[in-house]
Amino acid sequence: MNSYNLTHLKQLEAESIHIIREVAAEFKKPVMLYSIGKDSAVMTHLALKAFYPAKPPFPFMHIDTTWKFKEMIDFRDSYVKKQLGIELIVNINEEGLKLGIDPFENSDKHTEVMKTDSLKTSLTRYGFDAAFGGARRDEEKSRAKERVFSFRDKFHRWDPKNQRPELWNLYNSRVNPGESIRVFPLSNWTELDVWQYIYLEKIPLPDLYLAKLRPVVTRNGVLIHPNDDRFRLQPGETIEHKMVRFRTLGCWPLTGAVESNATTVPEIIQEMLLTKTSERQGRVIDKDGGGAGMELKKIQGYF
Amino acid sequence: MSHQSDLIAKDILAYLEQHERKELLRFITCGSVDDGKSTLIGRLLYDSKMLYEDHLAQLESESKVHGTTGGAFDPALVTDGLRAEREQGITIDVAYRYFSTAKRKFIIADTPGHEQYTRNMATGASTADLAIILIDARHGVLTQTKRHSFIVSLLGIRHVVVTINKMDLVGYSQERFDEICAEYKEFVSRLDLPDLHFIPLAALHGENVVDPSSNMPWYRGSTLMSFLESVYIGSDRNLEDFRLPIQYVNRPNLDFRGFCGTIASGIVRQGDEIMVLPSKRTSRVKRIVTFDGDQSEAFCPQSVTLVLEDEVDCSRGDMIVRPGNVPRVGNSFDATIVWLTADAMIPGKTYLFKHTSQTVAGQIDSLRYRVDVNTLHRNPAPDLQLNEIGRCSITLNQPVFYDSYRRNRTTGAFIIIDRITNATVGAGMISDRDAARQRIAAWEAEEKIGSREQHRSDVSPAERTARFGQQPATVLLTGLTGTGKSTISRAVERLLFDRGRAVTVLDGELMRRGVNVDLGYSTEDRSENLRRSAHIAKLFNDSGLICLAAFVAPSQSVRDRVADVVGRERFFVVHCTADEATRKSRDTKGHYADAEKGKLPNFPGVSAIYEAPEKPDLVVDTGTMTVDESAEAIVQFLITKGIIR
Repeated sequence: MNSYNLTHLKQLEAESIHIIREVAAEFKKPVMLYSIGKDSAVMTHLALKAFYPAKPPFPFMHIDTTWKFKEMIDFRDSYVKKQLGIELIVNINEEGLKLGIDPFENSDKHTEVMKTDSLKTSLTRYGFDAAFGGARRDEEKSRAKERVFSFRDKFHRWDPKNQRPELWNLYNSRVNPGESIRVFPLSNWTELDVWQYIYLEKIPLPDLYLAKLRPVVTRNGVLIHPNDDRFRLQPGETIEHKMVRFRTLGCWPLTGAVESNATTVPEIIQEMLLTKTSERQGRVIDKDGGGAGMELKKIQGYF
Repeated sequence: MSHQSDLIAKDILAYLEQHERKELLRFITCGSVDDGKSTLIGRLLYDSKMLYEDHLAQLESESKVHGTTGGAFDPALVTDGLRAEREQGITIDVAYRYFSTAKRKFIIADTPGHEQYTRNMATGASTADLAIILIDARHGVLTQTKRHSFIVSLLGIRHVVVTINKMDLVGYSQERFDEICAEYKEFVSRLDLPDLHFIPLAALHGENVVDPSSNMPWYRGSTLMSFLESVYIGSDRNLEDFRLPIQYVNRPNLDFRGFCGTIASGIVRQGDEIMVLPSKRTSRVKRIVTFDGDQSEAFCPQSVTLVLEDEVDCSRGDMIVRPGNVPRVGNSFDATIVWLTADAMIPGKTYLFKHTSQTVAGQIDSLRYRVDVNTLHRNPAPDLQLNEIGRCSITLNQPVFYDSYRRNRTTGAFIIIDRITNATVGAGMISDRDAARQRIAAWEAEEKIGSREQHRSDVSPAERTARFGQQPATVLLTGLTGTGKSTISRAVERLLFDRGRAVTVLDGELMRRGVNVDLGYSTEDRSENLRRSAHIAKLFNDSGLICLAAFVAPSQSVRDRVADVVGRERFFVVHCTADEATRKSRDTKGHYADAEKGKLPNFPGVSAIYEAPEKPDLVVDTGTMTVDESAEAIVQFLITKGIIR
């Protein structure tokens, strides 16, 4: 009978596919939020598996802040749009763009306007009643209690005190008009699971995850990889070339590189297991607002 | 993340291969902060090197602000999540934690132990394979320990580890450990917990958590971690009954029609004969399609896509099974319900029931009893409040395909959704025995097996009539509580006995203390109380005796069935009546007052209907007649009917 046991990854895969299919069956207008990162890559792969041989029966949406790494945009267009042929909505907050917020000067405001606000207005504009996100419970303390189906009111707010209990694999998908559910199919995956799955399933990723000689500038202790001419050196700063990679992908002014020699997925995993700082440490935004920064952002509507 | 493995640095590919093959074990931890639960989880994560340095640094700074260890590292803070909770110093929801060792990957559902959070424990337990129940060695088995064990057993967790923590504070005493184990075993014998283990711990110091304790040489069992790594859970799954609830029909073009779903139980192979419910159409499995190529077989809990040989109608909410092994199909069943929301459960209100991939409207017909989670006592109750658990009978507006929860944790479970607020208000587990249906079936089965035929006997009825000087008969005294049914039946018994007649009394309340001790006061149970009593009355009559039966017997249809069992020619209905003030004045147990306050549901005359007999053979108004007058009226009635002379 032992042959009828699933490995933990196969079990996680089956559970995630169940969640994705449930959303496709029960919601009127779902969307998969696609951030181009490794978690989005795994979620995309699971969506392909869930509906094979058909394509996923919902569009993907990328909230473009106009400050994403150029390699991310190239990867998005060549892989998701061209190779997979998935319907891709790219949303830029044009109103927010006019405010001309400099992410270097005001990272908080930038994230709020170009990411959180942009996400909320586009969800409302398209009338999506469910949005898949790639968040995992192991990422950060406030996420440990997040539901797989996370209810949002018509202002896209998350109320940590008033979440629906979630038992077995029976998900409550009922919403009134204007309300929505954020769905997290990777809730029970850990960072190691994600990487291991990428390795086993040979899931394509942007090159930024692999170490390469890249120009970087050290600012406030973070290695910034200037991506275009909106970057201006400050007095005393110099551009150096270092072997670096990125552990998470976001807006390039807010995403620190780490020095690394890992040029393959197993080497990344090896490095990850041997280092002792957690994943989101490279991101500037989590540290705003002290220990509970992410929690505040979630209440506001950020993932 | 198993940061300890030497393989990571030496041979990452070998490490990945090892990690890939790991099994998943989900467990729940039950206990309060005072039992050291957060400390224990903090220890498991800390000792398995699951904490990153930046998290640790953050924890150390937080230990100084919020910690309970005087500024030293407080492992309990590892598991505290939301800001509001942290400031209150308690965890108030279900939090999930992840770690792995060289052997397994673990998911911990961390739930609080406070009384008001039965809801959270049920949530965490619903997906768990194993439960850790924490007991503080100083306090032993507490009320909350019993509550936790009951919920664990209710949610169908088969493996339980009772960790007796803070052994350091009882001098690492084996005697104390043995005493608590014995106390726990005694209590738990009433529950369904097939696999039980006990481990003595001192979690704050990490003793017997990951590493064995040198302070407890008398304990030779495994540490908690090595137990978690090795406990066998493979046989917990149901691989016998193939059930595939259809989630989604995949139809990219006219040539492909795939039925997608997660296998709830059992195994399916290419070529197998299958049946689609509810249509009962049969076909064969043509292909088991996956992104990675077709499979020859699939098993639970895989998510699959089946293609069938024939064009069979099948849509979301249907279920694919094997023709020789089908679930129950029906719209009414009994279930144990955990109520999850502040608005009380109201019997009769329409709710939505989500069961596998079906969402169906329906209602909770009646609450048979509420379970006191602390004592396991069953009490009648009008409703279920937040965090309360009760046994209910449910009727849905359309049939579902279900098994008992004990047999199948997927097809035996459902959630209840409020139609207006959309909140998830309840969770239910379908019972093995579906009492309502069985009871009705019991009346009906009698007709089939001919249990109402006269029993063959060498003593003829005529011989009995000659012996006793009477015709056998059953007189049912029906009426509301306080109409004097029992009192009058005793008085009639006296009068008949004094006349030399052979007579006996069947009293509804006394029946409940003996033969019918398993029955409650729901409509179904009242009906069953009468069915059994009817058979006893029939036996008395067959033996030549007169039987006086004092029962509320509120339902006309049930009284008719009693008449059929006893025999209509020898069954008489006496309706006892009295005005309301009189009835209440005789009600020494305060039933009317309780019923009016809503404490006693299903009480005829107040919270349930009493159907007065359509054509009673006799009415005695005990409000205006004395006991003697009433009894005499019944005796006169029996004379006019020729039962006695």
